[in-house]
Amino acid sequence: MTRLLETTGLETFYGDFQALFGIDLHIDAGETVAIIGANGAGKSTFLRAVTGLRPTAGQTIVFDSTSIAGMSADRIHKLGIAMVPEGRRLFPSLSVEENLLIGASGKRPGPWSLESVYELFPDLAPKKSNGGTALSGGQQQMVAIGRALMSNPKLLLCDEISLGLAPKIIRDIYKAVPLIQERGTSILVVEQDVGQALAVSDRVYCFMEGRVSLTGTPAALTREDIANAYFGVGEAA
Amino acid sequence: MVWLNAIMQGVLLGGLYALFAAGLSLMFGVMRFVNIAHGDFIVVAAYMMLTFVVSLGWNPVLGVALTVVLLGAAGYLNQRFVLNRVLGGDILPPILVTFGMSIIIQNGLLEVFSADSRKIPTGWLETASVEIVDGMAIGLLPFLMFLTAIAVIWALQLVFYRTSLGRLLRATSDDPEIVPLMGGNNAHIFAVATMLASFVVGIAGIWLAMKTNFDPATGPGRLLFAFEAVIIGGLGNIWGTLLGGIILGVAQTVGAQIDAGYQILAGHLAFLAVLVFRPTGLLPKMAG
Repeated sequence: MTRLLETTGLETFYGDFQALFGIDLHIDAGETVAIIGANGAGKSTFLRAVTGLRPTAGQTIVFDSTSIAGMSADRIHKLGIAMVPEGRRLFPSLSVEENLLIGASGKRPGPWSLESVYELFPDLAPKKSNGGTALSGGQQQMVAIGRALMSNPKLLLCDEISLGLAPKIIRDIYKAVPLIQERGTSILVVEQDVGQALAVSDRVYCFMEGRVSLTGTPAALTREDIANAYFGVGEAA
Repeated sequence: MVWLNAIMQGVLLGGLYALFAAGLSLMFGVMRFVNIAHGDFIVVAAYMMLTFVVSLGWNPVLGVALTVVLLGAAGYLNQRFVLNRVLGGDILPPILVTFGMSIIIQNGLLEVFSADSRKIPTGWLETASVEIVDGMAIGLLPFLMFLTAIAVIWALQLVFYRTSLGRLLRATSDDPEIVPLMGGNNAHIFAVATMLASFVVGIAGIWLAMKTNFDPATGPGRLLFAFEAVIIGGLGNIWGTLLGGIILGVAQTVGAQIDAGYQILAGHLAFLAVLVFRPTGLLPKMAG
Protein backbone atom coordinates (compact mmCIF):
# COMPACT_ATOMS: atom_id res chain seq x y z
CA MET A 1 0.00 0.00 0.00
CA THR A 2 1.19 3.49 -0.71
CA ARG A 3 1.63 5.99 2.07
CA LEU A 4 -0.70 8.94 1.57
CA LEU A 5 0.16 10.95 4.66
CA GLU A 6 2.92 10.45 7.19
CA THR A 7 3.98 12.62 10.09
CA THR A 8 7.13 11.87 12.02
CA GLY A 9 7.68 13.34 15.49
CA LEU A 10 5.21 16.18 14.84
CA GLU A 11 5.32 18.89 17.50
CA THR A 12 3.10 21.97 17.77
CA PHE A 13 3.20 24.93 20.08
CA TYR A 14 0.77 27.69 21.03
CA GLY A 15 3.26 30.24 22.28
CA ASP A 16 5.07 28.52 25.18
CA PHE A 17 2.41 25.86 25.47
CA GLN A 18 3.24 22.62 23.70
CA ALA A 19 0.15 20.89 22.32
CA LEU A 20 1.67 17.97 20.39
CA PHE A 21 4.71 15.97 21.57
CA GLY A 22 6.06 14.01 18.64
CA ILE A 23 3.12 12.46 16.78
CA ASP A 24 3.97 9.58 14.43
CA LEU A 25 0.95 8.86 12.31
CA HIS A 26 0.37 7.52 8.82
CA ILE A 27 -2.54 6.93 6.50
CA ASP A 28 -2.30 4.65 3.48
CA ALA A 29 -4.21 5.29 0.28
CA GLY A 30 -7.75 3.97 0.57
CA GLU A 31 -7.76 3.70 4.37
CA THR A 32 -10.16 5.23 6.85
CA VAL A 33 -8.34 6.13 10.04
CA ALA A 34 -9.85 7.49 13.23
CA ILE A 35 -8.26 9.61 15.93
CA ILE A 36 -10.01 9.38 19.27
CA GLY A 37 -9.22 11.08 22.54
CA ALA A 38 -10.58 13.34 25.24
CA ASN A 39 -10.97 17.12 25.02
CA GLY A 40 -7.60 18.80 24.80
CA ALA A 41 -5.76 15.66 23.69
CA GLY A 42 -4.48 17.48 20.61
CA LYS A 43 -6.74 15.93 17.96
CA SER A 44 -7.90 19.18 16.42
CA THR A 45 -4.44 20.70 16.72
CA PHE A 46 -3.09 17.76 14.73
CA LEU A 47 -5.59 18.43 11.94
CA ARG A 48 -4.77 22.13 11.98
CA ALA A 49 -1.08 21.31 11.62
CA VAL A 50 -1.67 18.93 8.71
CA THR A 51 -3.90 21.43 6.87
CA GLY A 52 -1.43 24.27 7.37
CA LEU A 53 -3.57 26.35 9.73
CA ARG A 54 -0.82 25.89 12.35
CA PRO A 55 2.80 26.64 11.42
CA THR A 56 4.84 23.48 10.80
CA ALA A 57 8.04 24.80 9.23
CA GLY A 58 11.00 22.47 9.77
CA GLN A 59 8.86 19.44 10.69
CA THR A 60 8.38 16.19 8.84
CA ILE A 61 4.99 15.90 7.16
CA VAL A 62 4.85 14.05 3.86
CA PHE A 63 1.69 13.97 1.79
CA ASP A 64 1.56 11.99 -1.45
CA SER A 65 5.40 11.99 -1.65
CA THR A 66 5.57 15.79 -1.19
CA SER A 67 6.85 17.50 1.93
CA ILE A 68 4.06 19.84 3.03
CA ALA A 69 5.60 21.08 6.29
CA GLY A 70 5.56 24.87 6.39
CA MET A 71 3.33 25.19 3.31
CA SER A 72 0.42 27.62 3.37
CA ALA A 73 -3.04 26.18 3.87
CA ASP A 74 -4.29 27.06 0.39
CA ARG A 75 -1.34 25.29 -1.28
CA ILE A 76 -1.83 22.17 0.85
CA HIS A 77 -5.49 22.24 -0.09
CA LYS A 78 -4.59 22.30 -3.78
CA LEU A 79 -2.43 19.19 -3.32
CA GLY A 80 -5.55 17.32 -2.22
CA ILE A 81 -6.27 17.67 1.49
CA ALA A 82 -9.70 18.97 2.46
CA MET A 83 -11.07 19.47 5.94
CA VAL A 84 -14.53 19.55 7.45
CA PRO A 85 -13.78 21.97 10.27
CA GLU A 86 -15.05 21.52 13.79
CA GLY A 87 -18.37 23.30 14.27
CA ARG A 88 -19.05 23.13 10.50
CA ARG A 89 -18.15 26.79 9.91
CA LEU A 90 -20.50 27.36 6.97
CA PHE A 91 -20.40 30.82 5.42
CA PRO A 92 -23.61 32.40 6.76
CA SER A 93 -24.08 34.96 3.99
CA LEU A 94 -23.80 32.31 1.26
CA SER A 95 -26.54 29.94 0.12
CA VAL A 96 -26.13 26.17 0.39
CA GLU A 97 -25.10 25.90 -3.24
CA GLU A 98 -22.67 28.83 -2.94
CA ASN A 99 -21.12 27.18 0.11
CA LEU A 100 -20.59 24.05 -1.95
CA LEU A 101 -19.16 26.00 -4.88
CA ILE A 102 -16.65 27.76 -2.62
CA GLY A 103 -15.25 24.32 -1.87
CA ALA A 104 -14.37 23.95 -5.55
CA SER A 105 -12.29 27.17 -5.57
CA GLY A 106 -9.09 25.16 -5.96
CA LYS A 107 -10.43 23.69 -9.23
CA ARG A 108 -9.16 20.15 -8.66
CA PRO A 109 -10.74 17.73 -11.16
CA GLY A 110 -12.40 14.52 -9.97
CA PRO A 111 -15.67 12.69 -9.40
CA TRP A 112 -17.24 15.25 -7.06
CA SER A 113 -19.50 17.98 -8.40
CA LEU A 114 -22.73 19.66 -7.32
CA GLU A 115 -24.70 16.74 -8.82
CA SER A 116 -22.71 14.02 -7.06
CA VAL A 117 -22.88 15.87 -3.73
CA TYR A 118 -26.67 16.20 -4.06
CA GLU A 119 -26.77 12.50 -4.92
CA LEU A 120 -24.79 11.68 -1.78
CA PHE A 121 -26.97 13.94 0.39
CA PRO A 122 -30.40 14.11 -1.31
CA ASP A 123 -31.73 16.27 1.56
CA LEU A 124 -29.65 19.19 0.33
CA ALA A 125 -30.97 19.43 -3.23
CA PRO A 126 -34.32 21.07 -2.34
CA LYS A 127 -32.53 23.49 0.03
CA LYS A 128 -29.83 24.66 -2.33
CA SER A 129 -30.96 28.31 -2.39
CA ASN A 130 -31.46 28.49 1.38
CA GLY A 131 -29.00 30.36 3.53
CA GLY A 132 -26.42 27.89 4.81
CA THR A 133 -27.34 28.52 8.42
CA ALA A 134 -31.13 28.13 7.90
CA LEU A 135 -30.77 24.32 7.90
CA SER A 136 -30.91 21.72 10.64
CA GLY A 137 -27.64 20.78 12.31
CA GLY A 138 -27.39 17.52 10.39
CA GLN A 139 -28.04 19.22 7.06
CA GLN A 140 -25.45 21.86 7.88
CA GLN A 141 -22.95 19.10 8.54
CA MET A 142 -23.82 17.58 5.15
CA VAL A 143 -23.11 20.94 3.50
CA ALA A 144 -19.78 21.14 5.32
CA ILE A 145 -18.81 17.64 4.13
CA GLY A 146 -20.05 18.36 0.61
CA ARG A 147 -18.09 21.61 0.55
CA ALA A 148 -14.91 19.70 1.42
CA LEU A 149 -15.64 17.01 -1.18
CA MET A 150 -16.11 19.60 -3.91
CA SER A 151 -12.33 19.99 -4.03
CA ASN A 152 -12.00 16.29 -4.95
CA PRO A 153 -9.52 15.61 -2.16
CA LYS A 154 -7.25 12.60 -1.92
CA LEU A 155 -7.58 12.88 1.84
CA LEU A 156 -10.64 14.12 3.70
CA LEU A 157 -10.20 15.24 7.31
CA CYS A 158 -13.38 15.29 9.42
CA ASP A 159 -13.18 17.11 12.73
CA GLU A 160 -15.88 16.01 15.19
CA ILE A 161 -18.64 15.69 12.64
CA SER A 162 -20.94 14.03 15.21
CA LEU A 163 -20.70 16.91 17.67
CA GLY A 164 -24.10 18.16 18.81
CA LEU A 165 -26.10 15.88 16.52
CA ALA A 166 -28.75 13.28 17.37
CA PRO A 167 -27.61 9.62 17.15
CA LYS A 168 -29.88 8.86 14.20
CA ILE A 169 -28.49 11.81 12.24
CA ILE A 170 -24.93 10.77 13.11
CA ARG A 171 -25.62 7.32 11.67
CA ASP A 172 -27.07 8.91 8.51
CA ILE A 173 -24.01 11.05 8.03
CA TYR A 174 -21.60 8.19 8.66
CA LYS A 175 -23.40 6.19 5.99
CA ALA A 176 -21.69 8.53 3.55
CA VAL A 177 -18.19 7.44 4.62
CA PRO A 178 -18.01 4.19 2.60
CA LEU A 179 -19.55 5.98 -0.39
CA ILE A 180 -16.85 8.64 -0.22
CA GLN A 181 -14.17 5.99 0.14
CA GLU A 182 -15.50 4.16 -2.91
CA ARG A 183 -14.66 7.13 -5.05
CA GLY A 184 -11.01 7.01 -4.07
CA THR A 185 -10.78 9.39 -1.12
CA SER A 186 -9.00 8.34 2.08
CA ILE A 187 -10.56 9.61 5.28
CA LEU A 188 -9.25 10.68 8.66
CA VAL A 189 -11.99 11.17 11.24
CA VAL A 190 -11.48 12.80 14.59
CA GLU A 191 -14.13 11.67 17.04
CA GLN A 192 -15.05 11.81 20.68
CA ASP A 193 -17.68 9.18 19.96
CA VAL A 194 -15.50 6.07 20.33
CA GLY A 195 -18.16 3.60 19.18
CA GLN A 196 -18.70 5.48 15.96
CA ALA A 197 -14.96 5.83 15.36
CA LEU A 198 -14.34 2.10 15.82
CA ALA A 199 -17.26 1.18 13.59
CA VAL A 200 -16.14 3.25 10.65
CA SER A 201 -12.34 2.96 10.66
CA ASP A 202 -9.67 0.52 9.51
CA ARG A 203 -7.22 1.70 12.15
CA VAL A 204 -7.47 3.86 15.26
CA TYR A 205 -5.07 6.21 16.99
CA CYS A 206 -5.86 7.30 20.51
CA PHE A 207 -4.38 10.64 21.58
CA MET A 208 -3.75 11.63 25.17
CA GLU A 209 -2.18 14.93 26.21
CA GLY A 210 -0.49 15.48 22.86
CA ARG A 211 0.89 11.96 22.45
CA VAL A 212 -0.30 8.79 20.73
CA SER A 213 -1.28 6.57 23.64
CA LEU A 214 -2.60 3.63 21.62
CA THR A 215 -2.89 2.49 18.04
CA GLY A 216 -4.24 -0.57 16.27
CA THR A 217 -7.12 -2.04 14.33
CA PRO A 218 -10.56 -1.85 15.98
CA ALA A 219 -10.74 -5.66 16.15
CA ALA A 220 -7.45 -5.93 18.01
CA LEU A 221 -8.27 -3.36 20.70
CA THR A 222 -10.19 -4.22 23.85
CA ARG A 223 -12.51 -1.79 25.60
CA GLU A 224 -10.12 -1.78 28.50
CA ASP A 225 -7.12 -0.84 26.34
CA ILE A 226 -9.09 2.03 24.91
CA ALA A 227 -10.36 3.25 28.27
CA ASN A 228 -6.78 3.24 29.58
CA ALA A 229 -5.42 5.05 26.56
CA TYR A 230 -8.30 7.51 26.57
CA PHE A 231 -8.28 8.51 30.22
CA GLY A 232 -4.81 7.45 31.26
CA VAL A 233 -6.10 5.32 34.17
CA GLY A 234 -3.74 2.49 33.27
CA GLU A 235 -0.72 4.69 33.88
CA ALA A 236 -2.03 5.96 37.18
CA ALA A 237 -2.83 2.48 38.50
CA MET B 1 -39.24 75.86 -5.96
CA VAL B 2 -35.84 76.85 -4.60
CA TRP B 3 -36.21 74.14 -1.97
CA LEU B 4 -37.15 71.50 -4.48
CA ASN B 5 -34.20 72.62 -6.54
CA ALA B 6 -31.90 72.36 -3.51
CA ILE B 7 -33.12 68.83 -2.85
CA MET B 8 -32.61 67.85 -6.47
CA GLN B 9 -29.05 69.20 -6.46
CA GLY B 10 -28.47 67.39 -3.16
CA VAL B 11 -29.54 64.06 -4.63
CA LEU B 12 -27.10 64.50 -7.49
CA LEU B 13 -24.31 65.56 -5.13
CA GLY B 14 -25.11 62.41 -3.16
CA GLY B 15 -23.92 60.43 -6.17
CA LEU B 16 -20.43 61.86 -5.68
CA TYR B 17 -20.50 61.04 -1.97
CA ALA B 18 -21.63 57.50 -2.76
CA LEU B 19 -18.63 57.19 -5.10
CA PHE B 20 -16.37 58.41 -2.29
CA ALA B 21 -17.92 55.91 0.08
CA ALA B 22 -18.27 52.76 -2.05
CA GLY B 23 -14.58 51.84 -1.95
CA LEU B 24 -14.36 52.45 1.78
CA SER B 25 -17.46 50.34 2.35
CA LEU B 26 -16.11 47.50 0.23
CA MET B 27 -12.76 47.34 2.04
CA PHE B 28 -14.42 47.46 5.43
CA GLY B 29 -16.91 44.81 4.38
CA VAL B 30 -14.35 42.27 3.22
CA MET B 31 -11.46 42.94 5.60
CA ARG B 32 -12.89 44.94 8.53
CA PHE B 33 -10.24 47.39 7.52
CA VAL B 34 -10.55 51.17 7.75
CA ASN B 35 -8.40 53.08 5.32
CA ILE B 36 -7.70 56.53 6.76
CA ALA B 37 -5.89 57.51 3.54
CA HIS B 38 -8.99 56.76 1.44
CA GLY B 39 -9.74 60.44 0.79
CA ASP B 40 -6.13 61.12 -0.11
CA PHE B 41 -6.12 58.31 -2.67
CA ILE B 42 -9.19 59.99 -4.20
CA VAL B 43 -7.22 63.25 -4.43
CA VAL B 44 -4.27 61.39 -5.97
CA ALA B 45 -6.64 60.12 -8.66
CA ALA B 46 -7.85 63.69 -9.20
CA TYR B 47 -4.28 64.95 -9.70
CA MET B 48 -3.51 62.03 -11.99
CA MET B 49 -6.46 62.89 -14.22
CA LEU B 50 -5.46 66.56 -14.12
CA THR B 51 -1.92 65.71 -15.18
CA PHE B 52 -2.95 63.40 -18.01
CA VAL B 53 -5.71 65.55 -19.46
CA VAL B 54 -4.71 69.14 -18.69
CA SER B 55 -0.94 69.18 -18.27
CA LEU B 56 -0.14 66.54 -20.88
CA GLY B 57 -3.22 67.21 -22.99
CA TRP B 58 -4.03 63.55 -23.59
CA ASN B 59 -7.39 62.26 -24.70
CA PRO B 60 -9.84 62.21 -21.73
CA VAL B 61 -10.82 58.59 -22.45
CA LEU B 62 -7.18 57.57 -22.20
CA GLY B 63 -6.88 59.70 -19.05
CA VAL B 64 -9.82 57.95 -17.38
CA ALA B 65 -8.58 54.49 -18.34
CA LEU B 66 -5.02 55.17 -17.15
CA THR B 67 -6.15 56.74 -13.87
CA VAL B 68 -8.50 53.87 -13.01
CA VAL B 69 -6.05 51.13 -14.02
CA LEU B 70 -3.08 52.74 -12.24
CA LEU B 71 -5.11 53.26 -9.06
CA GLY B 72 -6.28 49.64 -9.19
CA ALA B 73 -2.76 48.31 -9.67
CA ALA B 74 -1.42 50.51 -6.89
CA GLY B 75 -4.24 49.36 -4.63
CA TYR B 76 -3.46 45.69 -5.27
CA LEU B 77 0.27 46.12 -4.62
CA ASN B 78 -0.24 48.33 -1.57
CA GLN B 79 -2.58 45.77 0.00
CA ARG B 80 -0.51 42.74 -0.95
CA PHE B 81 2.86 44.02 0.18
CA VAL B 82 2.15 46.64 2.85
CA LEU B 83 -1.33 46.62 4.36
CA ASN B 84 -1.69 42.82 4.62
CA ARG B 85 1.24 42.88 7.05
CA VAL B 86 -0.71 44.96 9.55
CA LEU B 87 -4.06 43.19 9.18
CA GLY B 88 -5.00 41.00 12.10
CA GLY B 89 -6.88 40.96 15.34
CA ASP B 90 -5.93 44.49 16.32
CA ILE B 91 -7.58 47.36 14.44
CA LEU B 92 -5.04 49.97 15.55
CA PRO B 93 -2.02 49.09 13.32
CA PRO B 94 -3.92 49.47 10.00
CA ILE B 95 -5.31 52.79 11.19
CA LEU B 96 -1.84 54.06 12.14
CA VAL B 97 -0.25 52.89 8.89
CA THR B 98 -2.93 54.40 6.66
CA PHE B 99 -2.84 57.59 8.74
CA GLY B 100 0.87 57.75 7.96
CA MET B 101 0.14 57.19 4.28
CA SER B 102 -2.36 60.02 4.40
CA ILE B 103 0.31 62.43 5.68
CA ILE B 104 2.88 61.22 3.16
CA ILE B 105 0.46 61.58 0.25
CA GLN B 106 -0.68 65.08 1.26
CA ASN B 107 2.88 66.34 1.61
CA GLY B 108 4.01 64.58 -1.55
CA LEU B 109 1.20 66.24 -3.50
CA LEU B 110 2.05 69.59 -1.95
CA GLU B 111 5.66 69.19 -3.07
CA VAL B 112 4.76 68.29 -6.65
CA PHE B 113 1.60 70.31 -7.33
CA SER B 114 1.86 73.21 -4.81
CA ALA B 115 -1.00 74.28 -2.57
CA ASP B 116 -2.91 75.96 -5.43
CA SER B 117 -6.48 74.85 -5.74
CA ARG B 118 -7.13 73.11 -9.10
CA LYS B 119 -10.06 71.88 -11.15
CA ILE B 120 -10.40 70.12 -14.47
CA PRO B 121 -12.28 72.36 -16.90
CA THR B 122 -15.06 70.43 -18.62
CA GLY B 123 -15.87 72.95 -21.35
CA TRP B 124 -19.48 73.02 -22.56
CA LEU B 125 -20.43 70.27 -20.09
CA GLU B 126 -19.83 72.77 -17.30
CA THR B 127 -22.89 74.85 -18.17
CA ALA B 128 -25.08 72.42 -20.09
CA SER B 129 -28.32 71.69 -18.30
CA VAL B 130 -31.72 70.21 -18.83
CA GLU B 131 -34.79 72.12 -17.73
CA ILE B 132 -37.17 69.66 -16.10
CA VAL B 133 -39.99 71.99 -15.23
CA ASP B 134 -40.24 75.75 -15.39
CA GLY B 135 -37.66 77.26 -13.07
CA MET B 136 -35.89 74.00 -12.28
CA ALA B 137 -32.99 72.65 -14.23
CA ILE B 138 -30.41 70.01 -13.54
CA GLY B 139 -26.86 70.31 -14.78
CA LEU B 140 -25.74 67.67 -17.22
CA LEU B 141 -22.46 67.16 -15.36
CA PRO B 142 -24.01 66.39 -11.94
CA PHE B 143 -26.58 64.20 -13.67
CA LEU B 144 -23.86 62.14 -15.39
CA MET B 145 -22.04 61.96 -12.06
CA PHE B 146 -25.14 60.52 -10.42
CA LEU B 147 -25.57 57.98 -13.21
CA THR B 148 -21.93 56.97 -12.78
CA ALA B 149 -22.55 56.33 -9.09
CA ILE B 150 -25.53 54.11 -9.85
CA ALA B 151 -23.59 52.25 -12.53
CA VAL B 152 -20.62 51.70 -10.20
CA ILE B 153 -22.77 50.41 -7.36
CA TRP B 154 -24.76 48.20 -9.70
CA ALA B 155 -21.50 46.79 -11.11
CA LEU B 156 -20.15 46.10 -7.60
CA GLN B 157 -23.41 44.39 -6.71
CA LEU B 158 -23.09 42.23 -9.82
CA VAL B 159 -19.50 41.27 -9.01
CA PHE B 160 -20.37 40.42 -5.42
CA TYR B 161 -23.52 38.41 -6.03
CA ARG B 162 -23.12 36.94 -9.51
CA THR B 163 -19.46 35.92 -9.88
CA SER B 164 -17.20 33.34 -8.29
CA LEU B 165 -14.85 36.15 -7.24
CA GLY B 166 -17.72 37.82 -5.38
CA ARG B 167 -18.63 34.54 -3.72
CA LEU B 168 -15.07 34.20 -2.47
CA LEU B 169 -15.07 37.82 -1.25
CA ARG B 170 -18.30 37.27 0.69
CA ALA B 171 -16.97 34.03 2.16
CA THR B 172 -13.82 35.86 3.23
CA SER B 173 -15.94 38.55 4.82
CA ASP B 174 -17.79 35.85 6.81
CA ASP B 175 -14.88 33.74 8.00
CA PRO B 176 -11.41 34.51 6.63
CA GLU B 177 -9.70 31.86 8.76
CA ILE B 178 -11.16 28.88 6.94
CA VAL B 179 -11.12 30.26 3.39
CA PRO B 180 -7.59 28.84 2.86
CA LEU B 181 -9.09 25.40 3.58
CA MET B 182 -11.15 25.93 0.42
CA GLY B 183 -8.03 26.80 -1.56
CA GLY B 184 -8.41 30.58 -1.28
CA ASN B 185 -5.32 32.67 -0.65
CA ASN B 186 -6.31 35.42 1.78
CA ALA B 187 -3.41 37.72 0.87
CA HIS B 188 -4.52 37.64 -2.77
CA ILE B 189 -8.25 37.92 -1.99
CA PHE B 190 -7.66 40.97 0.22
CA ALA B 191 -5.51 42.56 -2.48
CA VAL B 192 -8.22 41.95 -5.09
CA ALA B 193 -10.80 43.56 -2.78
CA THR B 194 -8.58 46.62 -2.46
CA MET B 195 -8.04 46.64 -6.22
CA LEU B 196 -11.81 46.75 -6.79
CA ALA B 197 -12.12 49.51 -4.20
CA SER B 198 -9.28 51.41 -5.89
CA PHE B 199 -11.02 51.28 -9.26
CA VAL B 200 -13.90 53.08 -7.59
CA VAL B 201 -11.47 55.49 -5.91
CA GLY B 202 -10.11 56.33 -9.37
CA ILE B 203 -13.57 57.05 -10.72
CA ALA B 204 -14.45 59.09 -7.62
CA GLY B 205 -11.25 61.13 -7.99
CA ILE B 206 -12.00 61.94 -11.63
CA TRP B 207 -15.48 63.22 -10.73
CA LEU B 208 -14.07 65.17 -7.80
CA ALA B 209 -11.65 66.87 -10.18
CA MET B 210 -14.41 67.79 -12.63
CA LYS B 211 -16.98 68.83 -10.04
CA THR B 212 -15.12 70.90 -7.48
CA ASN B 213 -11.87 72.60 -6.68
CA PHE B 214 -9.33 70.44 -4.94
CA ASP B 215 -5.89 70.85 -3.39
CA PRO B 216 -3.45 68.50 -1.64
CA ALA B 217 -5.32 68.86 1.68
CA THR B 218 -8.76 67.98 0.29
CA GLY B 219 -8.54 64.26 1.16
CA PRO B 220 -9.47 64.10 4.87
CA GLY B 221 -12.70 66.02 4.24
CA ARG B 222 -13.71 63.52 1.52
CA LEU B 223 -12.90 60.68 3.91
CA LEU B 224 -15.28 62.20 6.44
CA PHE B 225 -18.12 62.41 3.89
CA ALA B 226 -17.40 58.83 2.83
CA PHE B 227 -17.57 57.62 6.44
CA GLU B 228 -20.82 59.46 7.02
CA ALA B 229 -22.43 58.08 3.87
CA VAL B 230 -21.46 54.52 4.82
CA ILE B 231 -22.74 54.83 8.38
CA ILE B 232 -26.00 56.55 7.41
CA GLY B 233 -26.78 53.87 4.85
CA GLY B 234 -25.81 50.94 7.05
CA LEU B 235 -22.56 48.98 7.08
CA GLY B 236 -22.47 46.09 4.65
CA ASN B 237 -25.22 47.37 2.36
CA ILE B 238 -23.92 48.84 -0.87
CA TRP B 239 -27.25 50.40 -1.91
CA GLY B 240 -27.43 51.82 1.60
CA THR B 241 -24.17 53.60 0.79
CA LEU B 242 -25.88 55.30 -2.17
CA LEU B 243 -28.81 56.23 0.05
CA GLY B 244 -26.40 57.54 2.69
CA GLY B 245 -24.63 59.66 0.08
CA ILE B 246 -27.94 61.08 -1.10
CA ILE B 247 -29.11 61.94 2.42
CA LEU B 248 -25.79 63.62 3.16
CA GLY B 249 -25.92 65.53 -0.14
CA VAL B 250 -29.52 66.68 0.38
CA ALA B 251 -28.81 67.76 3.97
CA GLN B 252 -25.88 69.83 2.71
CA THR B 253 -27.68 71.57 -0.14
CA VAL B 254 -30.76 72.25 1.94
CA GLY B 255 -28.51 73.59 4.71
CA ALA B 256 -26.75 75.79 2.17
CA GLN B 257 -30.13 77.08 1.01
CA ILE B 258 -30.89 78.24 4.53
CA ASP B 259 -27.51 79.89 4.90
CA ALA B 260 -24.41 79.27 2.80
CA GLY B 261 -22.43 78.76 6.01
CA TYR B 262 -24.63 75.87 7.13
CA GLN B 263 -23.78 73.52 4.27
CA ILE B 264 -21.22 71.31 6.01
CA LEU B 265 -22.86 71.63 9.42
CA ALA B 266 -26.23 70.42 8.10
CA GLY B 267 -24.60 67.31 6.66
CA HIS B 268 -22.94 66.48 9.97
CA LEU B 269 -26.22 67.08 11.84
CA ALA B 270 -28.05 64.65 9.56
CA PHE B 271 -25.30 62.12 10.26
CA LEU B 272 -25.58 62.69 14.03
CA ALA B 273 -29.35 62.28 13.88
CA VAL B 274 -28.96 58.89 12.19
CA LEU B 275 -26.37 57.85 14.78
CA VAL B 276 -28.75 58.80 17.59
CA PHE B 277 -31.94 57.26 16.19
CA ARG B 278 -30.65 54.40 14.04
CA PRO B 279 -27.05 53.67 14.96
CA THR B 280 -26.97 50.61 12.69
CA GLY B 281 -27.83 52.70 9.64
CA LEU B 282 -31.01 53.00 7.60
CA LEU B 283 -30.77 49.79 5.59
CA PRO B 284 -30.01 46.34 7.04
CA LYS B 285 -26.93 44.34 6.16
CA MET B 286 -27.51 42.48 2.91
CA ALA B 287 -27.94 38.73 3.12
CA GLY B 288 -26.87 36.18 0.52
